Amino acid sequence: MRAFSYERASEPAQAASRAAEIPGAKFIAGGTNLLDLMKLEIETPMHLIDVSGTGLDGITATEDGGLRIGALVSNTDLAANERVRRDYGVLTRALMSGASGQLRNKATTAGNLLQRTRCPYFYDTAMPCNKRSPGAGCAALGQGAFSRQLGIIGTSDACIATHPSDMAVALRVLDAEVETITPSGASRTIPLDEFYRLPGDTPDVETVLMPGEFITAVTLPPPVGGRQAYHKVRDRASYAFALVSVALVRQADGSGRVALGGVAPQPWRRAAADAALPDGANAVMSRLLDGASPTEENAFKIRLAERTLAGMLAEG
Amino acid sequence: MDFNQPADQNLFDRATVVGKPHARIDGLLKVTGTAPYAYERHDVIAGQLYGYPVGSAIAKGRIVAIDTEAARGAPGVRSVVTTLDIEPLGIWDYNVARLFGGDVVEHYQQAIAVVVAETFEQARAAAALIETTYERDDIDVDLEAGWQRLQGTGEPSTQVGDVDAAFESAAVTLDEMYHTPSQSHAMMEPHASIVDWADGGQMTVWTSNQMIEWNRQSLATTFGIEPDRIRVESPYIGGGFGGKLWLRADAVLAAIGSRAVGAPVKLALPRPFMINNTTHRSATIQRIRLAAGADGKLTAIDHEAASHTLPGGRGENATAQTPYFYAAPNRRVIHHLVEMHLPEASDMRAPGEASGLMALEIAMDEMAEKLEMDPVEFRVLNDTQVNPSDPSIPFSERHFVECLREGAERFGWADRNPTPGGRREGMWLIGHGMAGAYRGHLNLKSGARATLSNGRVVIETDMTDIGTGSYTILAQTAAETMGLPLGRVEVRLGNSAWPVSSGSGGQFGAASSTAGVYAACVALRQQIAERLGVEDPEFRDGNVIAGDDVTPLAAISEELSAEDSINFGGFQTEEYLMATFGAHFVEVGVHVATGETRVRRMLAVCDSGRILNPITARSQVIGGMVMGTGAALSEELAVDLEHGFFVNHDLAGYEVAVHADIPRQEVVFLDTVDGVATPLKAKGVGELGLCGVAAAIANAAYNATGIRVRDYPITLDRMIDRLPPV
Repeated sequence: MRAFSYERASEPAQAASRAAEIPGAKFIAGGTNLLDLMKLEIETPMHLIDVSGTGLDGITATEDGGLRIGALVSNTDLAANERVRRDYGVLTRALMSGASGQLRNKATTAGNLLQRTRCPYFYDTAMPCNKRSPGAGCAALGQGAFSRQLGIIGTSDACIATHPSDMAVALRVLDAEVETITPSGASRTIPLDEFYRLPGDTPDVETVLMPGEFITAVTLPPPVGGRQAYHKVRDRASYAFALVSVALVRQADGSGRVALGGVAPQPWRRAAADAALPDGANAVMSRLLDGASPTEENAFKIRLAERTLAGMLAEG
Repeated sequence: MDFNQPADQNLFDRATVVGKPHARIDGLLKVTGTAPYAYERHDVIAGQLYGYPVGSAIAKGRIVAIDTEAARGAPGVRSVVTTLDIEPLGIWDYNVARLFGGDVVEHYQQAIAVVVAETFEQARAAAALIETTYERDDIDVDLEAGWQRLQGTGEPSTQVGDVDAAFESAAVTLDEMYHTPSQSHAMMEPHASIVDWADGGQMTVWTSNQMIEWNRQSLATTFGIEPDRIRVESPYIGGGFGGKLWLRADAVLAAIGSRAVGAPVKLALPRPFMINNTTHRSATIQRIRLAAGADGKLTAIDHEAASHTLPGGRGENATAQTPYFYAAPNRRVIHHLVEMHLPEASDMRAPGEASGLMALEIAMDEMAEKLEMDPVEFRVLNDTQVNPSDPSIPFSERHFVECLREGAERFGWADRNPTPGGRREGMWLIGHGMAGAYRGHLNLKSGARATLSNGRVVIETDMTDIGTGSYTILAQTAAETMGLPLGRVEVRLGNSAWPVSSGSGGQFGAASSTAGVYAACVALRQQIAERLGVEDPEFRDGNVIAGDDVTPLAAISEELSAEDSINFGGFQTEEYLMATFGAHFVEVGVHVATGETRVRRMLAVCDSGRILNPITARSQVIGGMVMGTGAALSEELAVDLEHGFFVNHDLAGYEVAVHADIPRQEVVFLDTVDGVATPLKAKGVGELGLCGVAAAIANAAYNATGIRVRDYPITLDRMIDRLPPV
């Protein structure tokens, strides 16, 4: 871990402006991912701005009947919130399938969105990684690489890493939006489907956030009802990232929405696939995973995604 | 004490302490976090500095240069020693790769430098500043290619009868390939040591190691110094599973660092080092051919296996059980070592049998199906009471059939649906499977010192407790032998100042070391008898009883001390075959859509001689069942064929079973004793609990789905294309 300086911010606007002022600054809240990466020197911030005192830890109703989730709300508190459990069940289910109780107690809503990939080559500093060191190459795309966990769609020749969050998959299926404050003090609202960037040839740039821009909240639109389910598929029953996860909201008339985790650099959803839901899992996945370019090792994810959704639909 | 013939009736047949379910006596220390593990022994010596290792970034080649300038100038750094700074260190008998010294790289993350600093964080930060220039050699880490080269070559280790003729005339045959992946011990506590070698004279090592005397000897060989200049302490060990049988880089780098700075240095291997710097269980490729008559009796067993190793190593002999487990008049067994450039393959819990039974016990399931026989009955029919490769040698005790029968009864085996894919509950396909378990039993000479002081007995031995319960069973042994309550026995372990024991490994520790403590206590009893001037007294209820003469042990004012070892005679292996047996029964659910396999219940029945403590023995077996669950369903060290290393080198990527994977577990111990094995008539159980578990799960998954997977781990991608429509 490199030496760094540290300060506490008490106001979101202050956090954003300080982050823009100080080269190499990063926000820290729960630290469940950033500290690990700092110990490995994959993240090397020169300055940490502790935002845990900015007061953004409330969950409140919005005027239109939706929900505003403060950036610092812990994954545990968010999953347990009565309104979330009642009206946004897919979100609670996704959160509870992630990490461990201890991590969920510390991990925050904004931090969860901004966590880095778990690609094992990203984590091994002896291996080339374009996300870690732009231009270095991608060991995960090498001959004989271990790519079973990695992405099958939205990836590029530079990077096939996935975004590891479960929470973000549920937020995506719920049409969540990200509220931020910029270093100049302006607020902006970013739909989650525009929040993450595909890797292209710059996999080190993962979101549309500008330098210093600080997430203050995630908002959910009014409840969409329906039956809400989240199936996270993995080799062991807990404490593993998804091979594939499916977030499903299904209305009584058979219409609904589907988002996937574990397959792409961002939670993966397409309108055409949603529209095909009444026609079944195959119809959804042929649209949702159209253009997929898996490796030999992770091609099974296409069939797995379809079968997982089929199983969820069969359960009613 | 020489043990030259099977034990007769003795005090352990009337035991009141040995064999009873005493909670482990070190349990309170462990659950309160006060058991001193190696890295936390802050109090043993003042002025401890922190070491941090640097590992090779390539799998094979030569180090051209190491730039340490930035590291040496970093805050708090006291010394940096690189592998180029010193001559190649010695290599002890059971180590393969050199632990440090010289410019040759033999595997990824082989230690190439150590940084010593005032704090851990300083040492780690400075280590990251070291720049190394390499010359890469080509590597070969392709086991499949090695198998293709070696298959059908070489001299069998066992060859009995005419295997080829038996196959030609057999009514039913099977010929299948099986694969097991490389596995990591993944024990909770990393390899860690504090070493004081400040003056280059006496070396004191506080470490985490299963084998104190081997550790001392290997330190002596490695550094070219006399063993009597080295003292090793390892009283508590947070898991080993064979990964801590050997001297590893933690102690070596701490010693080098200590010598360099003239102060004690502590060093723990970071988790990724545990995977690529230390040892692992090699992957195996196995071809098994079975031949049987229409009556279900096996007529031939042909087992050919390959595993990988660095040049000069031992690999993983998956054929270990095949000469002995099942009857058959014709047999051929051969194991090929494929030299590769992955990190050092070595022993992991039940080396050989663990991997071998993963394959053989699927093959037995497949063969039973071909014969249209119940897999339990098929195994019963092919039981043997003698070494089938040398029928003049009987098993000392073998109650495999009772394990099978007892297990089938308790599990409700008769109620299962034998038709694969025939039972469904909601979204889950339900299956039942079983497998046999076999693990050889081995004894090693083991010594101890027993001291009577103020009516209490203190046992001192270099035996280790790797979480297995050694403290407790040794106390029980001493209490039984001395006629004392357990609370008046103190056991001190893991110190090279004390008599050399068997150590912990190969499931030999419990049986060997309790026999050693028994020998020491018998010697102490003799001293006490001489001191009291009585002959052949009885030791009971804290008293020495000779006729009407009753002397409380507490009344003996002077301290008496005796040391002895148990020496196991050649009769054990010349006249008998000693082994342990078991049967595993498992119920799994396989998700009909995703192919996720989850274990629903497990039962093990074990035949392993006298159970010294049913609580600690049960913990050993359920731990084995947990490890077997991981082996069956999720554990695999993934190899990068280009870079030659294990990619998933942390506990997030290498998926051992977690709590949510483990259902209700039941363990049954048969009431069997084995007088050939030790005076206590005990054998090992810690490795038996792992043997066969994974195959039972594999067979249950087959019963659930009708899909036969012969490659581990049985992950959903190996089934997904063959599952029925949702």
